[in-house]
Amino acid sequence: MSQAADLPLWAAIAVSAFLLLGSALALIGTIGLTRLPTFYERLHAPTLGTSWGTGGVVMASMIFFTVTGSRPVFHEILIGIFVTVTTPVTLMLLAQAALHRDRAEGDANVPPSATAGTGAGKEAPAAGTAD
Amino acid sequence: MSVTILYYALTAAHVMLSVAMALALLRMIRGPRAQDRVLGLDTLYVNSMLLLLTFGIGSGRTLYFEAALIIGLLGFVATVALAKFLMRGEVIE
Amino acid sequence: MSVLPYPLLSLSLVLMWMTLNSFTIGHLLLGGIIATFASWGMAALRPHKPRIRRWHLLPYLIGIVLYDIVRSNIAVVSIILAGRSHRQRSGFLAIHLDLKDQTALAILAVIVTSTPGTAWLEYNSSDGTLLIHVLDLVEEQEWTDLVKNRYERLLMEIFE
Repeated sequence: MSQAADLPLWAAIAVSAFLLLGSALALIGTIGLTRLPTFYERLHAPTLGTSWGTGGVVMASMIFFTVTGSRPVFHEILIGIFVTVTTPVTLMLLAQAALHRDRAEGDANVPPSATAGTGAGKEAPAAGTAD
Repeated sequence: MSVTILYYALTAAHVMLSVAMALALLRMIRGPRAQDRVLGLDTLYVNSMLLLLTFGIGSGRTLYFEAALIIGLLGFVATVALAKFLMRGEVIE
Repeated sequence: MSVLPYPLLSLSLVLMWMTLNSFTIGHLLLGGIIATFASWGMAALRPHKPRIRRWHLLPYLIGIVLYDIVRSNIAVVSIILAGRSHRQRSGFLAIHLDLKDQTALAILAVIVTSTPGTAWLEYNSSDGTLLIHVLDLVEEQEWTDLVKNRYERLLMEIFE
């Protein structure tokens, strides 16, 4: 906390507000991960932490280092961009893996494959747009 | 004054992110399916990345930023490889 | 082959290089050299080259997506914290898409996934059906309208 002494009050309040917002959203997302009953519902919970959870902490870090270093520091935005771009890829792949596994087991709650046929031996014909 | 505000906010953020990591770990342990465990791992690394960023604010050093970036990169690759493994049974084909 | 086959990619690579290091002339030169070689490497892979037709609509798209992310964040937080049983309310939804451009589909996937209430599950490129999972599926038509009218129409205007 050595550099925080010369931090003006408005910056301290802004940094704290963004920090609390970000970490609270990450925590609520993870609570949802433990509480929601099915896998497909749980898939929604981590996006809380990766959208505004990451955004809040990244904003707090950017404000803090810009004010204490008295020069614009925004390399944290790279983490924000990186997380925004990669989360859809991981979640889509996980969702497809889960669909594939559930269909292979014949789970009745999962809608059948969009292409006609049983889809049992097909190697995921709709591989999404991310590959 | 600003030191006090920042100190309490950082402590609260550390506690919240640590609890979030513990809950993600709980989901990893409880399962019940393999995809739930991978989702728990994904959430775990995102939360640890955020925790490292808050450590960076607390210490005032940019070293933690680089560690957070590397965790983000490696966690993404790990989750993609695990999802691929769940889908096909193989990582490299 | 032109000197810079992917100007936007090269520019963002230079910007990324300079944010990671520092904004000096030396790093501008070094990052520029690396970005040029990277875009040549990209050209050797010959990916599908996106064509953006209406640039002025992009800020509008980013604006409504940021607004929707905030709105759905609040909605999902209230669902999680309310803690009531909503097993019956979440469900799968199949939507027929007219969008064909690959870049536009990728952007649509990022939008659908990063708004917490919806998750992109599967897209079938042969007949254009998209399967999404919605956490709060009270009115199916409402979510279909959201994807079709709010995002897809705008993306089609920008890319096709």
